[in-house]
Amino acid sequence: MDVTLKVWRQDGPEAPGRFETYEATDISDHMSFLEMCDIVNEKLVERGIEPFSIDSDCREGICGMCGIMINGHPHGDQLGTATCQLHMRKFSDGDEIVLEPWKATGFPVIRDLVVDRSSFDRIIEAGGYITVPTGSAPDANMVPVPKAVADVAFDAAACIGCGACVAACPNSAAQLFTSAKLAQLNMVPQGQPERYDRVVAMVDTMEEFFGSCTNHGECEAACPKSITIDFIAMMNKDYIKAKFKNRRLLGQKA
Amino acid sequence: MTATGTPTKKGQRPFLVEFYSSAVGKKWVMAVTGIIILGYVFVHMFGNLKIYLGADDLGVYAIDHYGEWLRELGEPLLPKTAFLWIFRAVMTVSIVLHIHAAYALTIINRKARPQKYQAPREYLVANYASRTMRWSGVIILAFVLFHLADLTIGSANPDFITGEIRHNMLASFTQPAVAIFYIVANILVGVHIFHGAWSLFQSMGWNNPRFNPWRKWFAAVFAGVVIIGNVSFPLSIWAGWVG
Repeated sequence: MDVTLKVWRQDGPEAPGRFETYEATDISDHMSFLEMCDIVNEKLVERGIEPFSIDSDCREGICGMCGIMINGHPHGDQLGTATCQLHMRKFSDGDEIVLEPWKATGFPVIRDLVVDRSSFDRIIEAGGYITVPTGSAPDANMVPVPKAVADVAFDAAACIGCGACVAACPNSAAQLFTSAKLAQLNMVPQGQPERYDRVVAMVDTMEEFFGSCTNHGECEAACPKSITIDFIAMMNKDYIKAKFKNRRLLGQKA
Repeated sequence: MTATGTPTKKGQRPFLVEFYSSAVGKKWVMAVTGIIILGYVFVHMFGNLKIYLGADDLGVYAIDHYGEWLRELGEPLLPKTAFLWIFRAVMTVSIVLHIHAAYALTIINRKARPQKYQAPREYLVANYASRTMRWSGVIILAFVLFHLADLTIGSANPDFITGEIRHNMLASFTQPAVAIFYIVANILVGVHIFHGAWSLFQSMGWNNPRFNPWRKWFAAVFAGVVIIGNVSFPLSIWAGWVG
């Protein structure tokens, strides 16, 4: 199959961007989207043109590195998959495919389709961990966690931090990412001692970089891990609780 | 948190100011004031249905009697109209906070994506109501100001008589331009409620698989009831059903 790519090219964070059009010819419909990009880039190199930059690592949907706006959808319009899990058989011969990077103040473009997502690292640094003396690994079932609770916490922990939620949000809000990173700890006993300090620290850090949630629900639809906006409600509730309740009597620091 | 986490200390501002300085806090204020305004919108619509009850044996219209009761509400504990003015103050504060939060959040959100996507963006679940909240809100504000001048203060109503609610409604809605503005604005109130009355549950953190499916139904039915109730007034007056 042959498709036409309209690719966002941007030489650096401050440089103005532009669309360039490239032909992708002789593409097998078994190829993944990223393989197709590789083929196009190889041909660009042969022609002496600088290939367009894309982020990718595991290419099996678990690392969160890849992420492109494909025809106006983060990771393409296939639900619950990352860009690397999208296959060319989802497109038709002769299609024009538009590729853009995530656009958000919190995600400055490094080059072409690659953005800097270290703002997510700042959110994790603010409280996305547990500060207990770790020592050696505890026995598996030392802390009882009901199966149902573990399952929900695991649903939140499926977040790969790709940033599609921010890219999809009309407000560039990072609520789905932050709430998933909170819920994976706050759902389970190990997360309780720092639950309310954590929600305040992570939400306040998130708000330094990103917009605010207006409950459109676009993030949930775009998420390659289908993480639910129920976690956003949980985050809001915990944040409000952290602000209104006597946190000292909830066994928390502040 | 300790270690590498350095949450910004926001000084010793009063608690509520500090809470409101966060976007999540602003959304909470949006939701709480939204609930107050929703309560008002429903009671206002329900009270005005008394236009259909006509007059009693003494020739006093039910809706005029109801209007007088609103002025006397709280007596004898409070002087006449005191409750009404306290209520108006609460409504004004709620609306001002609702608008300020919306304005401040809009500024934050614009800054969060200074350069828009250049290719057409296709939304999957964001609906017309959720994407036009700012526009419907501004038009509703303009309508509310006119509505106050038209039917509460009377300055925009050529034939206004204080206390004669039924007469004033007829005088207002028999002007086609006023009635059309009223109908359009009330449909927008419904559109605004369709997203807002659902969204408030998420902002408040009221989420429970037992009632989650009902949240959108609640918003849709609330919006529908408000539109049907309010739009029925000018339509009934045109049709001659209000004697």
